[in-house]
Amino acid sequence: MEKSLTRYIWSNTRLQQIWILVVVAISMVPYFLSFDLPKQIVNGPIQGVGFENPGATQTFMRLQYDLPFIGDVVFFEGLQLNRFQMLMALSLVFLLLVVINGLFKLYINTYKGRLGERMLRRIRFELIDRVLRFPPSQFKRVKSAEIATMIKDEVEPMGGFTGDAFVQPALLGGQALTALIFIIMQNFWLGMIAAAIVAIQGVVIPRMRRRLLELGRQRQLTARELSGRVGEIVDGIGTIHSNDTSNYERADIAARLGLIFSIRYDLYQWKFLVKFINNFLAQVTPFLFYSIGGLLALQGRLDIGQLVAVINAYKDLPGPLKELIDWDQARQDVQVKYAQVVEQFNVDQLVDPKIQAVVPASVGRLEHSLHATNLTISDDTGAPLLRHVNLEIHPGETVAIVGTSGSGAEAIAEALARLVWPDQGRITIDGRDLLELPESVTGRRIAYASSDTYFFHGTLRDNLLYGLKHAPLTQVQYEGKQAALQKWNINEARRAGNPEFDLNSDWVDYGSAGVSGPAEIFKAVRPVLDAVLISQDIQDMALRSNVNTDTHADIVDRIVELRQALRKRLKKEDLDDLVVPFRLKDYNPQATIGENLLFGSMKRPFMTNRKLAAHPYFRSVLRENDLYIDLYMMGLEIAANAVELFQDLPPDHPFFQQLTFMTADDIPAYQLMLQKLQGRGIEAASAEERSNIIRLSFSYIEPRHRFGLLNDELMAKIVDARGRFHDGMPDDLKDVIERYDPNRFIASASLIDNVLFGRIGYSQADGPERIRLILRDIFDKLNLFDSVLSIGLDFDVGSGGKRLTNVQRQKLNVARALLKKSDYLIFNRPLPALDQRIQDRITRNILEYLGTEGYSLTVIWVLSNAELAESFDRVIVFENGALVEDGTYDTLLQKDGAFKQLAS
Amino acid sequence: MLLKDEVEMLRRVPLFSGVAPAKLKLLAFTSERVSYKAGQTLFRQGDPADAAYVILTGAADILADSPSGEIKVAEIEHDSIVGEIAILCDVSRTATVRANTPLEALRINKDHFLKLLSDYPEMTIEIMRVLADRLSQTTTELSEARSKQKQAR
Repeated sequence: MEKSLTRYIWSNTRLQQIWILVVVAISMVPYFLSFDLPKQIVNGPIQGVGFENPGATQTFMRLQYDLPFIGDVVFFEGLQLNRFQMLMALSLVFLLLVVINGLFKLYINTYKGRLGERMLRRIRFELIDRVLRFPPSQFKRVKSAEIATMIKDEVEPMGGFTGDAFVQPALLGGQALTALIFIIMQNFWLGMIAAAIVAIQGVVIPRMRRRLLELGRQRQLTARELSGRVGEIVDGIGTIHSNDTSNYERADIAARLGLIFSIRYDLYQWKFLVKFINNFLAQVTPFLFYSIGGLLALQGRLDIGQLVAVINAYKDLPGPLKELIDWDQARQDVQVKYAQVVEQFNVDQLVDPKIQAVVPASVGRLEHSLHATNLTISDDTGAPLLRHVNLEIHPGETVAIVGTSGSGAEAIAEALARLVWPDQGRITIDGRDLLELPESVTGRRIAYASSDTYFFHGTLRDNLLYGLKHAPLTQVQYEGKQAALQKWNINEARRAGNPEFDLNSDWVDYGSAGVSGPAEIFKAVRPVLDAVLISQDIQDMALRSNVNTDTHADIVDRIVELRQALRKRLKKEDLDDLVVPFRLKDYNPQATIGENLLFGSMKRPFMTNRKLAAHPYFRSVLRENDLYIDLYMMGLEIAANAVELFQDLPPDHPFFQQLTFMTADDIPAYQLMLQKLQGRGIEAASAEERSNIIRLSFSYIEPRHRFGLLNDELMAKIVDARGRFHDGMPDDLKDVIERYDPNRFIASASLIDNVLFGRIGYSQADGPERIRLILRDIFDKLNLFDSVLSIGLDFDVGSGGKRLTNVQRQKLNVARALLKKSDYLIFNRPLPALDQRIQDRITRNILEYLGTEGYSLTVIWVLSNAELAESFDRVIVFENGALVEDGTYDTLLQKDGAFKQLAS
Repeated sequence: MLLKDEVEMLRRVPLFSGVAPAKLKLLAFTSERVSYKAGQTLFRQGDPADAAYVILTGAADILADSPSGEIKVAEIEHDSIVGEIAILCDVSRTATVRANTPLEALRINKDHFLKLLSDYPEMTIEIMRVLADRLSQTTTELSEARSKQKQAR
């Protein structure tokens, strides 16, 4: 990247800079005209010069120029105006000039602003582009938060500076120079005094500012480091908690903030000192004019008129000069920042842009052997990970690589996936160095997965299909306003040196996953998910989530069919009591009393338990039939039971997990309430106590809590209240409560609630587990499993995929690699979070799945369990960075060497 | 069935006979009440152990895997506890337990069970007694089997 910011700005915005200079020059004309006009107004119509005789007129707007070669030309004869008309006319001209000047200013500022924003966009994009092209080793040295700060904050002032980079010095320098020349013309020596002071200002101030710049640089560095540390604290929060080092981190941050404070305070002091000296120098000139000029005048060597003119002219000098010095300060400041950033991004061995060129077409298959020749790789300390390895991997082979950790097995996998670059030797395919192949070949035809997973913030679907998004494949048709906007976007992108790829285009290369389009994607996805044993997890995610009724219409439309299929199935297997369905006229003993009353689902967050409990309509329903008295009495009983059971236990006792309707901290409060209220009627309780007690009964489930508090009469009363609640429901509640309806999908409830349309019985052994398996089967039979997976794939994985478990992340990482249908598939101990049994099962599943794929591909698998090598065509053993054995499983086992030791 | 009935039933279980009724109520409340149909499995040999079961009504077979298939080792009836060994020694299930009649049980979570033992030493002693009983019974059976083997030779 260009080292000097000025040159960088000039080379990228040359034409615009010249244009704006021209515009500024033109804008000077009305600007200076407007200076002259007040004099004309005051002297002419107001003081009456030229209007001495009543009825006298003057010519207005006569346009007459003396042009070279042509002679005198009168463009406009002018108007004859009297004194009042003249006053009005000149005032209107003044107004016009004000407007013109304002418009010029508006145009120039907007133009400069736009120029600056484009520049900022260009710099930021260029920096990120560089990050994308950094060699892998660079990422061991940089902190992500620091890079982010540089791109986000540190280059920001450069945008603002861009517009002023050339215009400002031209404009201000011109103004200052004019004033100086004027002074010199009045009196040479006084002019020299002014010039000398300007020269001192020009030398001293920048010199003093050098320290300011140094401090500014330090401020930038410390601030960047601070954001790096904050990033580390966020990323490493688990380590901090588990080691009780939060106070160490506090100390570190406090020390950094202290350093930043001292730098900033120093900066602050210097800044004002420089300002003081600058102001002093500016003010000392008039002192010299008065004293020396006065002396000269007294001696008669200078006439007083000249002295006054000089002092007057000098008023116009400090303003532009000060601004010019400020501009220079800004320039140096920005230059330092720029140099700082560029230094961080000027990295050796940057990947050639050609290697990352976008290739929309599908690339040919890799049908040649991979050769590693004399491959040597070392780590950062220089310790060798691989020494002089020679290896050929033939297309179509399945190769197991075994070795203890640190043996070089992982290193060779990383090198084959191009994640580490060799120190010596090279990896070639068909005679071409792997590192020189475009990423459109290696990134598509070679798939890689290790235990080091990374997931981007987004849905599971985005992440799973991430490996297929190489190029914008469809041309999105925009219409009307959208088309205009898109055109504008593209133009702007071009002007700022950004690429014109359309993010709204479908980037997923369905063809390379072996299917024809989005509708068929599950044909490819499902076997892969099955192979890594994660489809059950995704079904569970789908079951727990609320379904988007627009995008998953098939499930929504067939929900009744699903519910019936489940009922039928349960009946057939004599499992009727596994799920107790909701019926409008029946009390559901497996649901809470609250759920039984509501008989519907609340649209959160617009309606919550608390809001409903406070709603006057709901309260009025409870008051009828005195149901609330029953519930109050019941709550009192529940409180008495809970207090009796738990009062002696320490608050951290594991039994408290079972107490769903109150916490250990609530026990003493309820104990007090009971002492006051037990044996007395509801009148004894305050409003708050009533709601605290009735609340308990809302969570009560008889088969779970078994206090024996429900009887037929009360259940009938609740069902009755439910009916009344729904019949007269006011509109504000209708909008936020969806009634359970066996014939309709309930959008605000989860998929499992929708399918079950009831509750799993509490006394049913392994109920939820059995339901899961039955549902999977039913989804399959009704051809809805793909839709369920699709709902599960809407799951938001969170930042870095943290809402998934480590096991799920590793499985999905493998699935993502499998989906690419590459020619070389490299697995580098991809599943260490799983227990050995499951790892083995998944490995076998994958080999079996690949066998059914219908094309031959090469598998290179670094195994954690050497015994699994039996399933591979060829086994390669690494030890201490060297390839020690290579052959089939059987031959190596007979050899009684390194492999046998590993396998036993 | 309600908590108080369960307490009555628990009191009949020898293991809990020495425990105060209030504590039994707590135990019942914090345990899950589960029902099984005849032929349904409580747990399988080799599964990780996460709970012990107190059989309230019904009976179950204890089955062990062998090369020739499952063999019935013993039968347990109501008022007895099953599955506690795997919890105590932290091993996977040593046998399969399958209901042979409709069965009602209290499922006591592993952590809760261990907490109970540490809170109530009288229960621990009772557990030891039950285990020692079983050990002596097993020893007797083993020596009988050995002597039969000798006679057969």
